[in-house]
Amino acid sequence: MSGGAGSVLGSFFQIVLVGVLGPLLVGWVNWVRGVLSNRKPPSVIQPFRDLFKLFRKETIRPSGTSALFGLAPYVVFSAMVVASLLIPVVSTVSGGRAMGDAIVLVGLFALARVFMALAAMDTGTPFGGMGGRREMMVGFLAEPATILVLFTTYLLSHSTMTGVTSEVVREGSVLPTPSLVFGALAYFLILLGENSRIPIDNPATHLELTMIHEAMLLEYSGRNLALMEWGSSIKLLLYLLLGISFFLPWGMSGSPGWQGDLLALAALGGKLVVAGAALALFETLMAKLRIFRVPEFMTLAFLLAILGFLSHFILEV
Amino acid sequence: MNHPVEQSVIQLLGGLLLLTVFVMLSIRRIFTMIRVFTVQGIILTANAVFVGAISGEEHLFLLAFFTLVLKVVVLPVLLFRLIHRLRLRGDVEVVVNVPLTMVTGILIVVFASSLAAPLTMMASTISRGLIGFGLSTVLLSFLVILSRRKAITQVLGLLSLENGLLFSAINATYGMPMIVEFGVALDVLVGTLLFGVFFFQIRESFENLDLERLEKTWED
Amino acid sequence: MDILATLLIPLSAAGVLALFGARSWAPRFNVVASGMVFLSALEVARHVSGKGIFALSNQLFADDLNIIFVVLTGLVATTTSVFSVHYVRFEVERGQFDSGRLRLYHSMYQMLVFAMLLGLFSNNLGLLWVALEAATLSNAFLISLYRSPKSLEAAWKYFVLLGVGIAQAFFGLILLYFAAEKELGPGGMALLWTNLNQVKSHLNPQVLLLSFIFFFVGFGTKVGIVPLHGWLPDAHAEGPTPASAILSGLLLNVALYAIIRIKVLVDGSLGVSFTSGILIVFGLLSLWVAVFSMWGRKDVKRLFSYSSIEHLGIATLGFGVGGEIGTLAALLHMTFHSLTKSSLFFLVGTVSQWCGSQKFEGIRGVLKYTPFLGWSLILSVCAILGVPPFGIFTSEFLIFDALLHWSPWAAPFLAIALAVAFGVLMKRVLELVAGETAPSGPLPSFSRVPVGIHLFLVLILGLGLPSFLWGWYQNAARYLLGTL
Repeated sequence: MSGGAGSVLGSFFQIVLVGVLGPLLVGWVNWVRGVLSNRKPPSVIQPFRDLFKLFRKETIRPSGTSALFGLAPYVVFSAMVVASLLIPVVSTVSGGRAMGDAIVLVGLFALARVFMALAAMDTGTPFGGMGGRREMMVGFLAEPATILVLFTTYLLSHSTMTGVTSEVVREGSVLPTPSLVFGALAYFLILLGENSRIPIDNPATHLELTMIHEAMLLEYSGRNLALMEWGSSIKLLLYLLLGISFFLPWGMSGSPGWQGDLLALAALGGKLVVAGAALALFETLMAKLRIFRVPEFMTLAFLLAILGFLSHFILEV
Repeated sequence: MNHPVEQSVIQLLGGLLLLTVFVMLSIRRIFTMIRVFTVQGIILTANAVFVGAISGEEHLFLLAFFTLVLKVVVLPVLLFRLIHRLRLRGDVEVVVNVPLTMVTGILIVVFASSLAAPLTMMASTISRGLIGFGLSTVLLSFLVILSRRKAITQVLGLLSLENGLLFSAINATYGMPMIVEFGVALDVLVGTLLFGVFFFQIRESFENLDLERLEKTWED
Repeated sequence: MDILATLLIPLSAAGVLALFGARSWAPRFNVVASGMVFLSALEVARHVSGKGIFALSNQLFADDLNIIFVVLTGLVATTTSVFSVHYVRFEVERGQFDSGRLRLYHSMYQMLVFAMLLGLFSNNLGLLWVALEAATLSNAFLISLYRSPKSLEAAWKYFVLLGVGIAQAFFGLILLYFAAEKELGPGGMALLWTNLNQVKSHLNPQVLLLSFIFFFVGFGTKVGIVPLHGWLPDAHAEGPTPASAILSGLLLNVALYAIIRIKVLVDGSLGVSFTSGILIVFGLLSLWVAVFSMWGRKDVKRLFSYSSIEHLGIATLGFGVGGEIGTLAALLHMTFHSLTKSSLFFLVGTVSQWCGSQKFEGIRGVLKYTPFLGWSLILSVCAILGVPPFGIFTSEFLIFDALLHWSPWAAPFLAIALAVAFGVLMKRVLELVAGETAPSGPLPSFSRVPVGIHLFLVLILGLGLPSFLWGWYQNAARYLLGTL
């Protein structure tokens, strides 16, 4: 892949890939969770069926909501799609197209979150407001930690461009350095918090008092709900992809070329299967935290991020 | 420095040690705290083994062996038994303001590292970068003792402090002379036994192991 | 050989007393063992004169400096054990000591003496550290002996605070070894004080600076230097009186001795001004805080424990001022303080046994009903306050003189603090001895010998030091300053 046409084609391919892999990943995680908890698991492609069904259903807008309510799903979804272009998926050099800046990525996620929370508050229902507030609280705590993790990777690669960092780590030795290990641990906690997974939130229930993410989507239906759900599944995928490209980039293709990309795609598939299963296992083992303990959880993430940041200066100079 | 694997493992161990102290700072269950202490012992043993393997200092293996026996087997067993006999198994301790303690802890790490930076430059050991982590562990354990009210957690803080010292010694100078190490080990053992006796006496006199009232000077 | 004998006597005595400490002959055995330690220490002292002697492949040594403290330890341990005979008898009659506690008490007494002597004799600074830690542990047993809630709390506080403190000192030790290893090579020889002393000017100053700070914090906690003195009053007030006497009279000295040993090394590398500054500032601080804390104390032993902080502060100040006069005066001060303070604790301990209380309001009429106790109490307080002609006057005067010479700004602080201490202590003690009502309890039997010896020594030595003693101290001071 090279040149303008190739670049456009590559980007298109990446969007499609992410769009498909997102729901698939959620399906996979749910499937593993089902198996682990001795239930008859739903099919791996269940999320696709759900999305398909929702797209055909009628979309109802609650009375008293503003235009923001209708706008939010599109903003969220397109933020995710744009974000997917900023993350190296199969190759660290995607056809001459410079990969995006990680800071922009954080900004895009924040944009999606703000719209989601605003729309939830827009409905005027108690649950919506509660969910929006909690989501903002988690985000408020997670973002500094995210930025710190990004700074730590920046210290290694001297660039906040995701592709460059990924390439530096890939080219470097396979040996883990303390700063990367701490960064990865912190990142994992952030991932759980940002994507409303256990122990912060339980994506599988609508338990009134504890829910965060679901509380925001209560009033959505039809196409809007489908876009929201799809966006969320892409968000989870993107977090995993970013984690993989920063902390486990080995197996990615470092040079343009079809063969390399195919190989990298296979490696990516393998990593995602393992990561999804690991996530499911973790979620099965953990219990949900009380909402009051959430700040402590995110403080831990922040602490790990800082330790990673510091150990770079202390140990790796 | 042609031991990249071991070097990286040693650095990782240093980071893990620091992490265990932070865990100690934030943990509520006394039972878990002893486990964390055991993990510290394992980290120290591994550290001594790896540093010994690279540097060829054979007495470090001996040191590692003693650390393993004392800190991974003997002391935890003693402490677990103690907890069992005092019926403290499920005891939970109120920890005040974990985030604030954490922030203080991070500042301590920065401070200790900058204090140790000149030493790191001068040291000739292969794991010299960890001196700062050793000092941080010492000072953080001090924070553990300060922020705890229960006798047994204070002891664990003290033991973790001792671990930090050992860690610093291994990484700054490949351990202290053997005679000193033996003396220290003996003192730690006797000290812990003494703590055990104390616990029972304190419990008899106060009905619990809470040292809250120790805070105010009860004098005059 | 003599050194080993001096160490083995208390160690084996501790073993014997751990088994038979409850027998009726145990207190007397304690006296005999301590007396033998004293004689053995004198024997060592006879041989030292000028050049050091070594034992156990140079791990132990005796030189002009530590022999002073060794002899002092032997002497005070002996007199305290004499006092302890009567003390223990009374406590047994009162039903405070059962056989287990007696065994623990006697064996820990000897163990503490052993640990202090080991610390003093160690040439290996690591061994010195281990010995100080061992002293801490055995003393913690003594403090918690009564098993009352307060004594347990005091022992706990002592234990945790000193544990933390001494750990800081260990980090100092690591740093010192770190610096020494480069000059002396790895292994046990790099921590020998005599070896270090030879290469001290080559040691890395930056490392030694850090090392001294850690040592100062660590051993300073044991000395009870403000602001690390929190444990000291509790430990003194709650332990048995002989333990308080040993703690105040000897153990604090050993800790200060350790600081001085380190100071010599650090000065060799960094120059005198750094350590002097630290010692002067913290010496003055201890002095002031202690003096003003004495006001309003209600517990007699606690009052005098603050006085110990004050005097150790003065000695620290003396070492800080330095010079031959300052150092010599500080050494003298430590000696005199140890003698006077232990005698004060003997008296106060007896009085509070008699009155059944350590509180001021419970103690009255001492002078009227036991003139000996009353008068010696007054005399001892005069001695501790530095009233001439007692020895403390000499040492305080010398320190004041040295201050005027080298750091005149600090002199008024010393003078004011001493004046305040005089007023407070005099008033409080006169309250004790005055009064008409007789104390309620039975008068415990007590021996006049220990108090007599101590007061006699402080008085005579204050009037004039025999030339051989003066030579001794002068040698020690010069030895410390490296001008011998």
